[in-house]
Amino acid sequence: MLEIENLEVAYGVLAALHGVSLTIQPGEIIALVGPNGAGKSTLLKTIAGLIDARAGVIRWEGKLLSGEPPQRIVERGVALVPEGRRLFARMTVRENLELGAFSQRAQKERRAQLERVYTIFPRLFEREHQRAGLLSGGEQQMLALGRALMGLPRLLLLDEPSLGLAPRVVESIFSVLAELHREGMNLLIVEQNVQVVLGLAQRAYVIEGGKIVAEGEGQKLLRDDHVRAAYLGPLAKG
Amino acid sequence: MILIQQLILGLLVGGLYGLAAAGLSLTFGVLRVLNVAHGELLMLGGYGTFWLFALWQIDPFVSLIAVGPAMFALGLVLYWALFQFVVKAHEEVRVKNSLLIGFGLTLVFHALAIRLWTADERAVTTVYAGTVVKFGALAIPVVRLSSLILALAVLTALHLFLAKTRWGRAIRATADDWEAAALMGIPVEKTYLLAFALGTALAGIAGGLVSVSYSISPSIGLEWTLKALIVIVLAGLGSLFGSFAGGILLGLAEATSVAFLGGPYREVVGLVLFLMILLLRPQGLFGERG
Repeated sequence: MLEIENLEVAYGVLAALHGVSLTIQPGEIIALVGPNGAGKSTLLKTIAGLIDARAGVIRWEGKLLSGEPPQRIVERGVALVPEGRRLFARMTVRENLELGAFSQRAQKERRAQLERVYTIFPRLFEREHQRAGLLSGGEQQMLALGRALMGLPRLLLLDEPSLGLAPRVVESIFSVLAELHREGMNLLIVEQNVQVVLGLAQRAYVIEGGKIVAEGEGQKLLRDDHVRAAYLGPLAKG
Repeated sequence: MILIQQLILGLLVGGLYGLAAAGLSLTFGVLRVLNVAHGELLMLGGYGTFWLFALWQIDPFVSLIAVGPAMFALGLVLYWALFQFVVKAHEEVRVKNSLLIGFGLTLVFHALAIRLWTADERAVTTVYAGTVVKFGALAIPVVRLSSLILALAVLTALHLFLAKTRWGRAIRATADDWEAAALMGIPVEKTYLLAFALGTALAGIAGGLVSVSYSISPSIGLEWTLKALIVIVLAGLGSLFGSFAGGILLGLAEATSVAFLGGPYREVVGLVLFLMILLLRPQGLFGERG
């Protein structure tokens, strides 16, 4: 469904990704884990069109995606929920959600989709007219996710969805992600919270220094010694 | 009485400062590009209104219906021909190159205006130009009052556009965080184009109002760019009505200084305000961000 081949990205002379290849099959949740600066966010931003690749190709649903501007990528059903959420802080919850449906395709469905997002996150409905900047961290993450859903994506790219959130909130966000997946959504999740995300994902990729160093089933990687040592700490138990 | 009369005149000119600043603030806020030729765009709008009146006796307030869209179109051309190449650049390059383009345009428009229309001062003198509304000893010039009301009406219309429409919200989102806007499927470059053209149209309308309430000449550009800059620093970015209020504040401050210190200090007071705000409240009186 999504195929990435030998992707190379550089910031100026500084290489960020060296030949990354990755695939997502229909109906999959893929986890992408790795240390800070490994290139996780860079990879997601490149898929979303915010960064141009120097070499390599990205294909989505059989057609070339790399080289398209971000708005076309959204139109084609790939949405990124960025790190730090990046909400429009001075606009209301409702305005943020409506902006999420900016693309032509999503405009037509925006009323129905707004209902759906409010059903998934009743909290957002309660806070409809509040400024996004005044929401709690968990509510902001719900809004960031809801805003992306307004664009009717078929592939959601999530960058650190649990960052800075209390464990209970993380649990509820991940249960929403699991629910979306059951309804047919494809997910590519970058996450520091390795234990949680590897439990949810069918497959995972480990990225270090801009290269994929390991790939496999989520549960298997959880038992992998290298991954355990690197990301779960010496005391972690499988 | 003289002070109050001065304050009224200050309020009236302040509305135009506000309108000029709103246009500059819109382009600066969205594109992060300071268009130093904003005053020259205002000057061109003023000549447009002047010539429509001089050649065909079209009422200056009516001709804004043509001047606004014409300046909007000029804004589209300027963005397409020049500014689109700098907005994509990194911050430092963008700031430097946009200043170069802006100063270049300043020279070109200034020279062009002298060449085409001579360096004479011009003003639209309608049959109702001298009419005043009297309140006891106070006199309010009707033309200037109409200009103030029109300026407020234009800003209100723009505010509604930005607050309520799909593209207006796209412009605000882009101003706030262009990357996040792009992730919403907003074509960021189109919103830049639209915001720049709107800013140019605002400059043109302000120029039209200046030509009917005051006077224009090819060299007024720098003065109006400066006024708009002072107002932006005074009011802060991000709110059209903040710009309007800031403009009025500058007008009142100038009027007070004229009443107490005499005419020559009029320009000084604005610059003193400018420095004080930068020192004491750099985000501006109504600004939310530093």
